[in-house]
Amino acid sequence: MANMTLTKTPMPEQEPQVRAHNFKEVTLGYTAEMAIEEAGRCLNCKNPKCVEGCPVNVRIPEFIAKVREGDFKAAYEVITSTNALPALSGRVCPQETQCESKCVRGIKGEPVAIGRLERFVADWYRENVNAMPEKAASNGIKVAVVGSGPAGLTCASDLAKKGYQVTVFEALHTAGGVLVYGIPEFRLPKAIVANEVKKLEAQGGEVMTNMVIGRVLTIDELFEMGYKAVFVGSGAGLPMFMNIPGESLKGVLSANEYLTRTNLMKAYTEEADTPIIRSKAVAVVGGGNVAMDAARCAMRLGAEHVYIVYRRGEAEMPARLEEQHHAKEEGIEFKTLCNPVEILGDEDGRVNGIKCVRMELGEPDASGRRRPIAVEGSEFVLDVDTVIMALGTSPNPLIRSTTPGLDTNRKGCLVVDENVMTTREGVFAGGDAVTGAATVILAMGAGKKGAAAIDEYLKK
Amino acid sequence: MYKIVRKKELNSAVTMMDIEAPFIARKAKAGQFIIFRVDELSERVPLTIAGCDREKGTVTIIFQKVGFSTEALGALNEGDYIRDFVGPLGKPTDVEGKKRVCVVGGGVGCAIALPAAKGFKEAGAIVDVIIGFRTKDIVILEDEFREASDNLYLMTDDGSYGEKGFGTVKLQQLLESGIQYDEVLAIGPVPMMKFVCKTTEPFGVYTVVSLNPIMVDGTGMCGGCRVTVGGETKFACVDGPEFDGHKVDFAELMSRNGIYRDREAEVKKDHVCRIEAMGKALIQ
Repeated sequence: MANMTLTKTPMPEQEPQVRAHNFKEVTLGYTAEMAIEEAGRCLNCKNPKCVEGCPVNVRIPEFIAKVREGDFKAAYEVITSTNALPALSGRVCPQETQCESKCVRGIKGEPVAIGRLERFVADWYRENVNAMPEKAASNGIKVAVVGSGPAGLTCASDLAKKGYQVTVFEALHTAGGVLVYGIPEFRLPKAIVANEVKKLEAQGGEVMTNMVIGRVLTIDELFEMGYKAVFVGSGAGLPMFMNIPGESLKGVLSANEYLTRTNLMKAYTEEADTPIIRSKAVAVVGGGNVAMDAARCAMRLGAEHVYIVYRRGEAEMPARLEEQHHAKEEGIEFKTLCNPVEILGDEDGRVNGIKCVRMELGEPDASGRRRPIAVEGSEFVLDVDTVIMALGTSPNPLIRSTTPGLDTNRKGCLVVDENVMTTREGVFAGGDAVTGAATVILAMGAGKKGAAAIDEYLKK
Repeated sequence: MYKIVRKKELNSAVTMMDIEAPFIARKAKAGQFIIFRVDELSERVPLTIAGCDREKGTVTIIFQKVGFSTEALGALNEGDYIRDFVGPLGKPTDVEGKKRVCVVGGGVGCAIALPAAKGFKEAGAIVDVIIGFRTKDIVILEDEFREASDNLYLMTDDGSYGEKGFGTVKLQQLLESGIQYDEVLAIGPVPMMKFVCKTTEPFGVYTVVSLNPIMVDGTGMCGGCRVTVGGETKFACVDGPEFDGHKVDFAELMSRNGIYRDREAEVKKDHVCRIEAMGKALIQ
């Protein structure tokens, strides 16, 4: 008999007042007992809709049944047969719009906590087994993967499993892409990402850091070096600014810069040399997950007031509900329906305020969301010493500008066919480099598809 | 890890190192830069490439010990390793198609001016070089410049070596003598580059400056290195580091370079910008 409780088994988390001042993980994960209890809520549907809602089609009811039996190792094997990085997706996937949105239990009450269960299984395996995967027999064919974020790591891992000799080229000094420079430690501990990279290396994959493809080597040179196919998973790393007056003042940063300094460069630790602005009051402009991450980092780095400044309403915010909720609990103040018009500075060129105008919502726009319209004469100033722009990112032009014949759309995203091949023979692509800024799981799905397509292509 | 295969002190504050980095050595061109990181907890610091040996697979860097990271790098010796060394980043110097150029280097900036001078010469230009130093004891790369130039003008502020005066004084003389330059390239401290631009402006000579603002990744990701050029925002790491000097907003650049000055205050607490003061006196 299934556990018919209408709500999810709660997951323990650090108290908001405590966690707002440390960088340790916010949510603490299920115990084995909690996981078994929650697994009992799954009805094991004959026609599981949840699987359709998953971009990598994890066989959800099957793994949950194993959790229910207490056979966590078997559960892990079910998950990893289609999802190479469950410890990551269990933490950062927007389950509420994917698998969990399709769960029948969600019609009356809360859906099964699929994400929490996936995370539990992955963490249990890492803490109790953590067997490094076997190295497959090599087929001697070299494949290059550009970028070690979720798309690249997934693609490389799938190719290595099939026996390809994979080299991953990473531009930064640590592998992981957005998983290490963007998503903060308190949402995704870096040790988990490092463990995934270790697993790739155990499978025979090689990771070369400090290699900026497009500069140190071009795609054409990779082919000359004997790589038979290339997967471009270089992400969308170029930050956008608003082009309003005052954006060059000291104290205006992109979320990319703020997060990279904090996470990748470890500015939150005492030992690191990385300089970071020690802000008293911060305005983060934007309403996505990156805005929430930046705001929550600012709070942890000691700011007294942190504002989210967003031009639409709360209902239109693209950030996950869980992230909004966590941010509010930690004391982040939401200034919705506000749009910055100017950043103000002192005589030394440092930020001392942000001038905003109030907005109201009009008719829906092209994105289907109601269009914000400025309310005349409603300008006001927020006293802040730091402004962080979290307005979105676009793909880096380094590869497209150095690879003849590689077509992009007007947003700079690589154009691919139904087999995820770009307009250059043998060059495949996936993740944010193709879609523009999206989610970790979509990038993982694209990496998987890329690996399958490369395998098909090279078998011909 | 990247090995330091050669270390040479050029003067009391400036050090030259050859770093083993074959991929970069194969590709690097004048005007491009690398980013180094000494160890796991260090900053990423950009340095313009001073030269490379494609056969040996080494890249030469020349740096002045002015902050945490350059002090830490300078404390290492031949045979030691640094954690990270990435490049070549940025766009190379455009050396092609010029009949006559003048390269102006100031202080440690001369280290970067040298490969540019060589590049222009190899591309067939007549190359005049002006290098300026505060005093005789800190003169670097004189022989190398003599070889790379058609005419070398060595200046010291105090007249203890070469001619007395600022590089801009010599530049002014050359321009007034009627020499037609296709380009003046200025590399050095920001105030010095600003004054070179002021000097060339009345003559309408195209002037390029090499900027080195604060940056993190060097690939266009952080946007920390944004500079205003001709009213537009540019990222020095991918759009530069060289820009049309007559269009650069130097005041903003100098202000932005001071973002983290409080943190480095210990190191620099007594520093009063001498060049800025002298430059002002010169222009007025």
